[in-house]
Amino acid sequence: MFAVARKEIAGYFKSPIAYVLIGVYVLIISIFFHPALISGYGDFVEVLGDVGIFLIFIIPILTMRILAEDKKNGTEVLLLTSPTSLGKIVIGKFLATFTVFMVIVVVSFIYPVIIVIYEGAITTQLVGAYIGFILLGASFCAVGVFASSLTENQIIAAIISLIILFTMWIADQYAATVGGIMGTIMEWISVLTRYNTFTEGLLTLENVVYFLTFTATMLYLTVRVIERRRWIQG
Amino acid sequence: MIEIKNLVKHYGQVVAVDDISFKVKEGEIVGFLGPNGAGKSTTMNIITGYLPSTSGTVEVDGYDISLHPEEVKKKIGYLPEQPPLYNDMTVTEYLNFVSDLKKVPRDKRKGQLSDIMELVGLTDHRKRLIDNLSKGYRQRVGLAQSLVGNPKVLILDEPTVGLDPKQIVEIRRVIKALASDRTIILSTHILPEVSMICERVVIINKGKIAAEDTPDRLSQNLGKMSKLNLTVKGDKESVLKTIGNMNNIKYVAMASKSEDGVFKYVLETKDNSDIREELFYRMAECKMPILELKPSAVTLEDIFISVVNKTGITEKEEE
Repeated sequence: MFAVARKEIAGYFKSPIAYVLIGVYVLIISIFFHPALISGYGDFVEVLGDVGIFLIFIIPILTMRILAEDKKNGTEVLLLTSPTSLGKIVIGKFLATFTVFMVIVVVSFIYPVIIVIYEGAITTQLVGAYIGFILLGASFCAVGVFASSLTENQIIAAIISLIILFTMWIADQYAATVGGIMGTIMEWISVLTRYNTFTEGLLTLENVVYFLTFTATMLYLTVRVIERRRWIQG
Repeated sequence: MIEIKNLVKHYGQVVAVDDISFKVKEGEIVGFLGPNGAGKSTTMNIITGYLPSTSGTVEVDGYDISLHPEEVKKKIGYLPEQPPLYNDMTVTEYLNFVSDLKKVPRDKRKGQLSDIMELVGLTDHRKRLIDNLSKGYRQRVGLAQSLVGNPKVLILDEPTVGLDPKQIVEIRRVIKALASDRTIILSTHILPEVSMICERVVIINKGKIAAEDTPDRLSQNLGKMSKLNLTVKGDKESVLKTIGNMNNIKYVAMASKSEDGVFKYVLETKDNSDIREELFYRMAECKMPILELKPSAVTLEDIFISVVNKTGITEKEEE
């Protein structure tokens, strides 16, 4: 499990991809942080709430190659014939993408530090918002890993995860209009509503469990997809 | 060591492996021979646990692959048809990763990897990026990968394909060296390779086992001493007449002229009788010296083609 994770993390930082994604995302956070800084109203919680949507674009690019590449290059054989269970391999892959995401999180700590330097304070609300942000990132990474298991084409993997994430993000806006069971489902898969409760300063057990379960389910589905493909084709 | 029973694999409607059973004893090198698309790779993928079988069982060292996959995978080193390499890693990085995957203890790792690289001739290339290696060296990295963790069983899918003649000789030497304390299954469609390396051959065609024996015995069964190639100095008419008058001759014919007054002949005897001695004295009496006499060797090619054709014909008859 950690062998796979270590290898993938090294791979991310050997190529420009991790740096570019981290750089772009930090730039986005900076753009949103800038008005807060000049207005003298240093509220990073709100910034975290605003930048969440951009993960929809960053995470698919980060995760698109994670399983698709192995399939395309035939290295999947190496992983599947090694004495490590498929579940552990998938978790290792997920941990690698999540680690790159965590680098973004850690780099973004620079903003609260700036706030503190200019005599602002770190609120418990901010801690809650960060927990929400991390959970959101984890679930998005899991979606990306899942999408990457579906195809050997990285671009298609990215598009699939983009579509899934986008649907999850906007689901609640249409939940009311659709109504009925469908509406309830859409409300349930809407991550935005749940993420907003974090940035509004509400840390509920239900939402934490929701994100963790969602992540675990996605990884489980990934294992099932690979298992199923082993049975169907050569 | 390896026991395969009634193995069947379907890909949708296509039957890739059709009821194959065979055993490989500990320490044996078995050649897995067959035309392209015969089911060699599929069988190997199933033995190594990459693909599940439709039905039938594979046991390695007493463990069933479907029931104890991790136990079996620990004992097997696998070189698939396409070596599973990561192009963005150096040789050392890659082999370290494989050691991690195969759970080689850290204290043993360094020694083991340098032994393996020495054996397959990668020591000088250990810091190179795999992407920049030539096909032959990539194949060596693939072979090195299969040796990590010192598995008792090696499954090598066409290990010499795509290599130049010098590299082929080297890789064969390596495989022979490995064979001393390992069980090896090796697939190929290059026939001389089998007779050079393998102790036993399993010929597979259209998903079925067409023949199974030692390379020598396979040739004997078809060959024996019934066909002879002969070069004699002397008048060709009297040579043909003298031989034709002997007992047990099925036919004799001139094949070609080699030098002035020297001709090559082919002859076949009835009932596989060995007439070499008699032939020698007869020709000596007639003062027509035999310059060369050898049994017409039946090569694995002949066996292969006859076996493959035979299974082809019986199938047609069944239809």
